[in-house]
Amino acid sequence: MSEKKKIMFTVRKPPHGTIYVYEGLEVKLIMAAYDADISVVFMDDGVLALKAGQNTKELGIKGFEATYGALVDYEISQVYADRQSMEERGMTEDDLLVIGEDEDTEEPIRPQVIDSSEIAAMMAEQHNILPF
Amino acid sequence: MLHTVNKSPFMNQSLESCLRFTQSGDAILLIEDGVYGAAAGTGKSALVEEALKNHQVYVLSADLKARALTNLIEGVKVTDYAGFVDLVEQNLVHAWL
Repeated sequence: MSEKKKIMFTVRKPPHGTIYVYEGLEVKLIMAAYDADISVVFMDDGVLALKAGQNTKELGIKGFEATYGALVDYEISQVYADRQSMEERGMTEDDLLVIGEDEDTEEPIRPQVIDSSEIAAMMAEQHNILPF
Repeated sequence: MLHTVNKSPFMNQSLESCLRFTQSGDAILLIEDGVYGAAAGTGKSALVEEALKNHQVYVLSADLKARALTNLIEGVKVTDYAGFVDLVEQNLVHAWL
């Protein structure tokens, strides 16, 4: 058996102005079906896609906050947000949506806020990085 | 690692973000509108000048020629499509789209 492929998704665009974030999420869920070590990093305007409380009803689109809520169920639990991108956009950890819940405690799990140097180090360890 | 940037630094934050997430020794390749970041004497030249302290910075010749860009920041390396392929072959790539 070869070592699990490390695949990182980067998300740098805001949520609803283009189809990128939505399509990126679809690809993540598809990739989750394969035996890969998947991580997702939100940076720049991508962090805006992690804001809790998105209501797209009046846009006439389904929205994807609920789908993000199932990431951990899809075994995608390495989800990170860049601290500086959040600060620049006035976001704090309290603004972040839920990506799943802890199996034992049922506590909500949210993306982890980390620094750019940690993200850079993680990027360097990947086999592939897919930008959205 | 190789980071590619294809957006003008005057319109878009991609080059700045790329530089914030690079590790020393990573290579940077400017393509398409990204090549404007390699122009000398502009309001954004400082970005690539600073990057050159820790990185090799490449720029794609076809995109330079198409944009009549000749006055480049010293130290930037001009490469062609074959060089682009070599860089991609030798490195893990992240495209800062």
